[in-house]
Amino acid sequence: MQKVETTPARRKAGSASVPWPHRHILDLDTFAPQEISLVLDLATSMKEVLGREVKKLPSLRGKTVITCFYEPSTRTRISFETAGKLLSADVINMQATGSSVEKGESLVDTLLTLQATACDVLVLRHPHAGAPYLAARWLGRTSVINAGDGTHAHPTQALLDLFTLREHLGTLEGRTIVIVGDIAHSRVARSNLWGMTKMGMRVVLCAPPTLLPWDLLKGRRETPGHPFASVEVETDLDKALEGADAVMALRLQKERMEAGLIPSLREYIALYQVNERRLLRARPGALVLHPGPMNEGVEISPAVAHGSQSVIQEQVTNGVAVRMALLYLLCMPAGGRP
Amino acid sequence: MATERVILTAEDIRRALSRMAHEILERNKGAHALLLVGILTRGVPLAQRLAERIQRFEGVEVPVGSLDISFYRDDIHLRRPLPAGATHIPVDVTGRHCILVDDVLFTGRSVRAAMDALTDWGRPKSVQLAVLVDRGHRELPVRADYVGRNIPTSVREEVQVRLEEVDGRDEVVIVRSD
Repeated sequence: MQKVETTPARRKAGSASVPWPHRHILDLDTFAPQEISLVLDLATSMKEVLGREVKKLPSLRGKTVITCFYEPSTRTRISFETAGKLLSADVINMQATGSSVEKGESLVDTLLTLQATACDVLVLRHPHAGAPYLAARWLGRTSVINAGDGTHAHPTQALLDLFTLREHLGTLEGRTIVIVGDIAHSRVARSNLWGMTKMGMRVVLCAPPTLLPWDLLKGRRETPGHPFASVEVETDLDKALEGADAVMALRLQKERMEAGLIPSLREYIALYQVNERRLLRARPGALVLHPGPMNEGVEISPAVAHGSQSVIQEQVTNGVAVRMALLYLLCMPAGGRP
Repeated sequence: MATERVILTAEDIRRALSRMAHEILERNKGAHALLLVGILTRGVPLAQRLAERIQRFEGVEVPVGSLDISFYRDDIHLRRPLPAGATHIPVDVTGRHCILVDDVLFTGRSVRAAMDALTDWGRPKSVQLAVLVDRGHRELPVRADYVGRNIPTSVREEVQVRLEEVDGRDEVVIVRSD
């Protein structure tokens, strides 16, 4: 006689009773570890829906989600749109180009206009750090999700990275990840620093000194209780990769080279590209992540980007599941947030 | 101060499930094309017990699935329904007689959600409902095809089904808060 599991191992005991205090998703600095776990647990259930023939849930029927992008995006925008539609929400896409922004409308006026359309969740990407915080201050009836603000934060990308890592590694605590590349200007890396350290991961940052986020790391050794006290810095990628469970390569933006932050592209590739030879220094089967879009042949070799250890395409799928979980949690009533 | 009253013992539950298994076989003229789907959490072990009995009585192994209805509930605006576990439907539901199994039938809203969830997996030939306890107070036009015990209750009372697989012992109690 077959047995159906009633309480799968993936389900953390008591996650259903975890309070959800967040009205907005601005960054992971305000998240408790159990709240991150709650999102990941819920995303696991959402991912199961993605594998069904009928990929649709009625949960957010009658809710409206607006994606408002002031910067180009493929993955994040499509991912949020898909997530909303799979949960039966009405999703409206707005891009700054072609909108009244071009006529000089201010950000606040645009936000208030969107709120006046009775939107429940606003997904905002903006080139200026802090824009989603401004939105959250001005919008009383609408939840705001930060889909990337300047070089500051990209919390939903960090959550999907954590989900991907947990799915493969089983547990996050004590696991080692190397983040390599332009960390100083990476909002993904900054949000991941919060998320990964909160979940007890050993984080090793690897980059030329000019591309390290010294503003975040300053005083971490001397200040008691510094959130990034455990974060390690290593400028030699070969050393950093020793025994790593995962490596995350970050896109090198060409303007960094033009700004003189690296001597030359050729030297950067020679010292910091994640390639097959270097990957051998990590643990066997170590995961390779990249938030995308990739500069193949620069920060990551094509063979590694598309190799057996790469979970880059899975990250995209997981992004839909994680964003479904976040939309679901944000559309809870006030009573659902103790 | 809450008081508990046992209304079904382990023996009562065992007998009720045996009777329900016979009724399922009688109504469906055997175990052909049956699928038992337990509504998480306690509907699943009840569905497994019914399947065990059907196999014993008829010699046919009936597939058993589990259904998480959290995302199909209509009270998302009132509370935070979170998944109780994994939905697992082991066979194609299309063309099968699907028997939803739950521990308590109360307002009927969980059953409505379960029917929505089930039809996302295909088009069953029929959907039937088996519950261990029917406590009344329906808010939707839903009735059970197989009932372990009808128990008249007050809305102030709570019916708790405890099962060996989940709670460590078999019993049904009514909890009344003063």
